[in-house]
Amino acid sequence: MSDDTTEDAPVIPERLPIVDYLQLGDDPHLLANECTDCGARYFDRRNACAKCGKAEFTPSRVADDAVLKSFSIVHRAAPGIPVPYVSAIVETGDGTSVRANVVGLDDPMTAELGMNLVFTTYGCGTDDNGTECVAFGYAAA
Amino acid sequence: MSDAVWVLGTSMTRFGRYPDLDAVDLASQACMDAMVDGGVTIHDMDILAAGTLFQQGGMGQRVQKQIGQTGIPVYNVTNACATGATAIRTAHLAIKAGEAEMGLAVGVEQMGKMGLLRGGAKDDTNVYEPAGRFGAVTPIDGILGTETMPGVFAQAGMGYAYENDGVGFEQFAKVAYKNHLHSTLNPLAQYRKEFSMEEIMGSPVQSYPNTLLMCCPTGDGAAAAVLVSEEKLRSMPSEVQKRAVKISASVLTSDPWVESGQVQPDVNTLTRNAAAQAYETAGIGPEDLDLVELHDCFATAELIHYDNLGLCERGGAGDFIDSGAPFRDGRIPVNVSGGLISKGHPIGATGVANVYEVTTHLRGEAGDRQVEGAKVGLAHVIGLGSACGIHILEKAA
Repeated sequence: MSDDTTEDAPVIPERLPIVDYLQLGDDPHLLANECTDCGARYFDRRNACAKCGKAEFTPSRVADDAVLKSFSIVHRAAPGIPVPYVSAIVETGDGTSVRANVVGLDDPMTAELGMNLVFTTYGCGTDDNGTECVAFGYAAA
Repeated sequence: MSDAVWVLGTSMTRFGRYPDLDAVDLASQACMDAMVDGGVTIHDMDILAAGTLFQQGGMGQRVQKQIGQTGIPVYNVTNACATGATAIRTAHLAIKAGEAEMGLAVGVEQMGKMGLLRGGAKDDTNVYEPAGRFGAVTPIDGILGTETMPGVFAQAGMGYAYENDGVGFEQFAKVAYKNHLHSTLNPLAQYRKEFSMEEIMGSPVQSYPNTLLMCCPTGDGAAAAVLVSEEKLRSMPSEVQKRAVKISASVLTSDPWVESGQVQPDVNTLTRNAAAQAYETAGIGPEDLDLVELHDCFATAELIHYDNLGLCERGGAGDFIDSGAPFRDGRIPVNVSGGLISKGHPIGATGVANVYEVTTHLRGEAGDRQVEGAKVGLAHVIGLGSACGIHILEKAA
């Protein structure tokens, strides 16, 4: 049997994004599915546009700058989830709403409605293969 | 003769915890009591609509097997926290369509000490594999924001605070203060204890600004209503007709697209739409309401629905609670039952129980908590996902 037919060992990625709309690489960012007809943006796998009903989408980069539109300081969560943390709804500079945590605050109570934020990424775990999971959040600008 | 639909009979079990009963027992009890209240029997029913979120399927048929298998059509419905209202709406539609003269709607839930709703478990992933509509390799709750109910509704309230002045922790806490106070007069409430503002604001934070005493409990309970056509009602004894309560509007909406809806459920637009439809159908405005039972799953939710239901000026929900208007002796009493926060929230039962509450006041039968002279009331529920049910009820002329 020649080497050509040897099955390749599976490639184990060093890092994976926590969700597929997080793009890693040298310039990490969020990538939305944008309706080519009405411009509505989505992060999930789409069948059609919930706003206009059309079914064509194009990938669209989401801006990194954001404003804190709403938040909650979560003290009670499922077992094993570190608390407290600041859950946030942010509006990016190009008008896209994103749900994520506000990260990097020494005291969660210093979160303020309207504060300026910027997109960031960080490692949030490692699986049995040694692959790192990369999450995103927003830090004070 | 109008084609109005009326509430003929209604009942609810006390909300609480019933470890020795099951949901079928609770639903059956509510159904039988509602029929006795209306002076009718299962043999008078042309349709049964049964709502539950967590119980196993076929609740309507399981209830029939306890209270009467008459062969009528059964609709088992689920619509998150609007499940009970959807059951009433289903019976209402059947009567409106002329397919039924009388219908029975029941909502039930047995949750016990279910605790925190929603929110993923700790990541115990062995090997990351993208899955689901977001290609997530691990549970995202707690990493990409919160999926827990106290947190989601906290964000709904804080979003309102961002847009409007005069809304903060204290205004949210006042909602809970009011509803705990109201519940002391309601023998059917799960909890009947008054708490001070200090106790409420100082109780353990669940998801700021919602503390423990600003969150509804889980629990067990059922509520039922017998609905009847106007034509059938007019053939019944006058004393029955006098206690009947008119359904001036029965509305169900879902959430239309909004930009932020994919990351934060929009509980506002569908409530505003439902309220507008309900007021137009009933031919009244919010200023005509004598009492309101609205969906205070969390204190932050009640506050924003003052605005969504038009009980206050746009943006004025903070001033509204500060003015005392929604207290039992205020301008528009809200949740005199104690609301979900203290009366309890067995999910499938809630949307029927608030119709029970409003009906009881319009009949003048609410005892110590009676809103004197109540002639018109509104019952509102919202289920995330989302569904909003509103019923406007009017005292018989």
